[in-house]
Amino acid sequence: MREIIGYFFMFIGVLFDAVGCIGLVRLPDLYNRLQASLKCVAMGTSLILLGTIIIVGVSPVGAKAFLCLLFILIISPTTEHALARASYIAGVKMWEKSIVDRLNEDKKSETG
Amino acid sequence: MKKLVLSMISFIVWVLLSWPFTPHGIDWQAIVVGIVASGFVGILFGDVFTDSPHRFFELKRYFWLLYFIAVFVWAFLEASFDFAYRVLHPSLPIRPGIIKVKTKLKKRAGIAMLANSIGFAPGAVTVEVIGDTLYIHMACLRYQDTEEATAYVVRRFERILERIFE
Repeated sequence: MREIIGYFFMFIGVLFDAVGCIGLVRLPDLYNRLQASLKCVAMGTSLILLGTIIIVGVSPVGAKAFLCLLFILIISPTTEHALARASYIAGVKMWEKSIVDRLNEDKKSETG
Repeated sequence: MKKLVLSMISFIVWVLLSWPFTPHGIDWQAIVVGIVASGFVGILFGDVFTDSPHRFFELKRYFWLLYFIAVFVWAFLEASFDFAYRVLHPSLPIRPGIIKVKTKLKKRAGIAMLANSIGFAPGAVTVEVIGDTLYIHMACLRYQDTEEATAYVVRRFERILERIFE
């Protein structure tokens, strides 16, 4: 029974990972693609690790999977922010149908 | 104090990684190595750790942390399903843009945690942090005004985080 629940979580996780990859191809610009890879892929990977924890239970493997889960939740938004900030500073353009860019407005008003 | 707290945290991580609980009892060898190694980590890196380590001993903060984890998991689920829907929808219903929000948090750790959890709020990623102002890229803009956006995106994490970190 425990294995079935674990494999179910893993299955959903792989589906989320696949959606994240589709998002990487379909979305128009870097910032939206970053979000696809953050949300869907972090969710998918977390679910796969959760499935692993459910299958193996409290054991050395389960403890390592739990640590991985924790680190993914801390590190993936941090890297996402680092990439977004670096590409904004490097001048990667946003999609032309983007609605507002307050950061650009503020930078312009600062420099006059 | 800083060094002691950091040593304790690294010892917990060590125990989880090495897992000394064998069927025949506890593996003392691994525990001793862990104490020595985490002591070194604490002495070497204690200076770059948080400025107020006494907060780790206030039990109230841990209950708020549990509540925060519940809110966070809910936001994470909401965000993933929302984004999966947007990606798979044939007409790709996104309205991206960068908006500005303000936070009341003062501590660096609190702002970092807030920026991280905004990364998991529906369709948002933090692009730049300047002082108390966060610039957020959202895939589906609902609010362009700073006050409205603050109320919608930031408040639900901020009111818990200020009890954990401030």
